[in-house]
Amino acid sequence: MLTSLKKTYPEIYLDYQATTPCDPRVVDAMIPYFSERFGNPHSRNHVYGWDAEEAIEQARIQVAKLINADPKDIIFTSGATESNNLAIKGVARFYKEKKRHIITCVTEHKCVLDSCRHLEQEGFRITYLPVNPNGLIDLATLVSAICDDTVLVSIMAVNNEIGVIQPIGEIGKICRERGVFFHTDAAQAFGKIPLDVDAMNIDLMSISGHKIYGPKGIGALYVRRKPRVRLEALIHGGGQERGMRSGTLPTPLCVGLGKAAEIAAAEMSQEQTRLKALYDRFYKKITEALDEVYLNGDVTHRFLGNINLSFAYVEGEGLMMGIKDLSVSSGSACTSASLEPSYVLHALGVEDELAHTSLRVGFGRFTTMDEVDTAAQIIIDQVQKLRKISPLWEMAQEGIDIKSIQWAAH
Amino acid sequence: MAYSSKVIDHFENPRNAGSLDPKATDVGTGLVGAPACGDVLKLQIRVNEAGIIQEAKFKTFGCGSAIASSSLVTEMIRGKTLDEAGAIKNTVIAQELELPPVKIHCSMLAEDAIKAAIADYLSKKEAGSSQA
Repeated sequence: MLTSLKKTYPEIYLDYQATTPCDPRVVDAMIPYFSERFGNPHSRNHVYGWDAEEAIEQARIQVAKLINADPKDIIFTSGATESNNLAIKGVARFYKEKKRHIITCVTEHKCVLDSCRHLEQEGFRITYLPVNPNGLIDLATLVSAICDDTVLVSIMAVNNEIGVIQPIGEIGKICRERGVFFHTDAAQAFGKIPLDVDAMNIDLMSISGHKIYGPKGIGALYVRRKPRVRLEALIHGGGQERGMRSGTLPTPLCVGLGKAAEIAAAEMSQEQTRLKALYDRFYKKITEALDEVYLNGDVTHRFLGNINLSFAYVEGEGLMMGIKDLSVSSGSACTSASLEPSYVLHALGVEDELAHTSLRVGFGRFTTMDEVDTAAQIIIDQVQKLRKISPLWEMAQEGIDIKSIQWAAH
Repeated sequence: MAYSSKVIDHFENPRNAGSLDPKATDVGTGLVGAPACGDVLKLQIRVNEAGIIQEAKFKTFGCGSAIASSSLVTEMIRGKTLDEAGAIKNTVIAQELELPPVKIHCSMLAEDAIKAAIADYLSKKEAGSSQA
């Protein structure tokens, strides 16, 4: 299957944070549920319904197992964006008579930040925690931000742009001690790094299907029942998913997410070892050949399927054009249509001129060592070529401090 | 975003990339844009005694459209008088490269770079003649 993919797209795909191809094993598991076993899982009166329901419940178990959760606490949604919306708006609105303060972080995904902005208009107070230059939040700052009015803390597990892993266990412990719900957006973490909702005191967790070699259009929200977390639904109707998310469940997609979770669980540790080898090789090749390359985000607390580098004096979009055979991302795919540098890098204190030179490279299940070698060489060649025609590189070589020049903003 | 074939050609085969001696009296240097905005264009011209641009070189930090715009203007201004070169409008550059609306600012920077290089040359010449 992947061979046919590669014939269609001769490029090397290195954008696994944007999305992943469906694993052929996942596709195989899904296919029967499109036409043969097509029943409505909510039909209680016949075998078609029972069959679909059984498949859904099996998927629920597979998802739950990966995070050590009770399957009853898994709510299927259309994806992590919906899960984040439901968790944040749902909890805030349910408890609004008692508490009206939420804590999140400036480097969260747009759908978390935008949900929070929306709640501000409804009268909630939001604290946006800053991050250290390594991309991690400061736990003492979190502790001091929590007050009697705080209902929810929402901090992502793995950052989509820079790959850093937040101290989820510590955050969960603080929240539990202070009686505050803890939600984590685990779209980039679920199936990639070990997660345990009990050990980490996680009350709500957003999960995505297409980031873990499952289909697009499916995700899940873990909602703890003990101690119970309640939320107001965003979508009303037949009361499916414990009333938190009405609508007929898409059986093939649920089955796909379940299968993807099962494979991720079985292969996680060997995949982490493999990704580390790819990451190390790539980083070594690049930094041995090129000066003034900067890794964005913490060196150790990171998911090794992501590497975000700034190539000083070479503009990111121009570099992307030079390496057109590589599918990588400059900033995140969601914001790359704009000309603004990444808000995540900005939050780390990366200066605008360096933020403009950043590239996000993502490795995944189907990335080979050969591809990594080829990609590294293409990037090295292009950076060298573009630095030769970069006036900033020329100035730097001549010892001119670029900051000493009065640039005209435009 | 899809780039036009002309942008790709200039990006892959930049014309007249390089530098001239900025201290030479017959060279004018224009440096426009800002690193924080993601675009810096350096355009240099060598002008003969008849006031004709004999040589043009560029170096650019920026996207493909910025590099292509710079590369194109080095071709456009060579052989032109300072007045002719100074009259080149960004719209001509944008049309020639088929730049999409979000990239029009690249052509504006290229126009600014021509004007800045000419101004630098003229100020040097004036300083030289007042000293003489």
